[in-house]
Amino acid sequence: MTAAATAAPRAARFRLLRPGSGGAWWVLPPLLVVGGAFLYPLALVVQQSFVSERGEAGLEVWRTVVTSAAFGEALLRTVSIAATATAGCLVVGTFLAVVLAFVPFPGARLVSRLVDTVLAFPSFLIALAFTFLYGSAGVVNSALTGLTGSSAPPLDFIYSPTGLVLAEITFYTPFVMRPLLAAFSQVPRAQLEVAASLGARPGRVLRQVLLPEALPALAAGGSLTLLLTLNEFGLVLFIGAKDVITLPMLVYTQGIVTFHYPQACVVAVVQVALSLALYGLYRLAHARMSGRTGGAR
Amino acid sequence: MSGIQGGGLVWSRSGRLGVWAAFAVVFVPVILAPLAVVVLAAFAGSWNGVLPGSLTGRHLEQALSGEQLASLSVSVQTGLLSGLTAVAVGGWAAVAVRGAPPALRRLTDAVLHLPIAVSSVVIGLGLLVAFGTSPLLAGTMGMVVIAHVVLVLAFAHSTVSAALDRLDPAYALVAGSLGATPARVLWRIRLPLLTPALSAAGSLSIALSMGEVGATIMVYPASWRTLPVSVFALTDRGRVFLAAAETLVLLAATLLLLLALGRMRTRAAK
Repeated sequence: MTAAATAAPRAARFRLLRPGSGGAWWVLPPLLVVGGAFLYPLALVVQQSFVSERGEAGLEVWRTVVTSAAFGEALLRTVSIAATATAGCLVVGTFLAVVLAFVPFPGARLVSRLVDTVLAFPSFLIALAFTFLYGSAGVVNSALTGLTGSSAPPLDFIYSPTGLVLAEITFYTPFVMRPLLAAFSQVPRAQLEVAASLGARPGRVLRQVLLPEALPALAAGGSLTLLLTLNEFGLVLFIGAKDVITLPMLVYTQGIVTFHYPQACVVAVVQVALSLALYGLYRLAHARMSGRTGGAR
Repeated sequence: MSGIQGGGLVWSRSGRLGVWAAFAVVFVPVILAPLAVVVLAAFAGSWNGVLPGSLTGRHLEQALSGEQLASLSVSVQTGLLSGLTAVAVGGWAAVAVRGAPPALRRLTDAVLHLPIAVSSVVIGLGLLVAFGTSPLLAGTMGMVVIAHVVLVLAFAHSTVSAALDRLDPAYALVAGSLGATPARVLWRIRLPLLTPALSAAGSLSIALSMGEVGATIMVYPASWRTLPVSVFALTDRGRVFLAAAETLVLLAATLLLLLALGRMRTRAAK
């Protein structure tokens, strides 16, 4: 009798801690912060894109921007650079991750620690490094001219789309490696040993045992990289090649250098639409991956 | 990383040596050389050959004086301020969302993650359009801090959220069943258990904020120039060695901040 009487209020307190039991109001403050600092400005960008510089509402700015050659070129360049760089990251990242996980050498642990550190570095570090490494008076060109004896620098790619693609591959490869290494750590060694003892060559083990396990991680890492390369700005700005203009770079020049806000807003809306579409894909891949490996971020 | 133990793919010795050689050929230019070359350049007196002609501490000295030092201080303050705010807002959301109905929970998660998908330049442009003429914010450091908070919030939120997923709910349930109020459970049980995650989220936020350049360059006032913006101004003027030294200072300062944060955490745990 007394036990039943005290159990009731306890159960009530208990419920307060469970999800779905009121307390919805507590979510409001952070939502307001994001709303005011992010959603509201974003909505204004969309609105501004429909207002001409003379203050008239309509599609005038959209028409001039979308039909301009500079915009078309930037759109094409952004997508092609992001796609090529992502493909490169997937190839290079998979190779490095497979060796680190399955053909480890002394110091492999240190190397994978280094890869984790590089993830937090700013991307402009790579742009700076590229000028010292591959610039006309850089390390590689000095070595090559020393070998061949020619006076002109043999490598001249930094200020071209290829240069940007290589810089992005250099910077974003760790973003592919990290989820892959996490996925590989879940593969039981015995599986590989059994496959090998049954006579499968390394290539076949890779294709038929490892690749299927790694597919969700590859999809998640690949789509994140595609998203980040589409949005990349620091590298483009620091390399500063005159004829490598991407959409984020166009937003910057229109907004800050020439102060054409409405034009900048149109480019920004296209950029956001593009990345949101991709972001949906990324969340899908991510949800699948966490479903398979047990939800590690 | 538990992925690194034992062999399993290539069994012959010569095969392994070949794979390792290929690894070195890819790894050195992609990960190692860029870091090494920036560190080397920070100390290079002149550099016209394969290796620097002479070494000097002049660039580093310059990077730690006058205008450049002011930039460093601006970056550290921005990093701490926006990192702290992002952890507070993101952590709050991660905890609060657990008491909300599922639909609201999904919405909150989606909204907090959204900034990841938007280019930093667009976030900067949005702030300019929204607050560029506001007497309260225009031309102040507030613009820079808001931009950084928006950019790092998603990372802070998902770090705390992931830790909450792994947290054993039994502690909070037991405390509740013993009569502790929800506020007391939060303060005495959940937050202490979350300290490592909160500190990790803070470290990540600070590191990201200190290296941010895209949104900052859109909104920064002349009085609040962060270190990455200074590095850009230097490279633009061709002063690449000083730029390398400043980048090195930025990485070192970030590392020191994170180490200090880690020590505070272990001291708090004692």
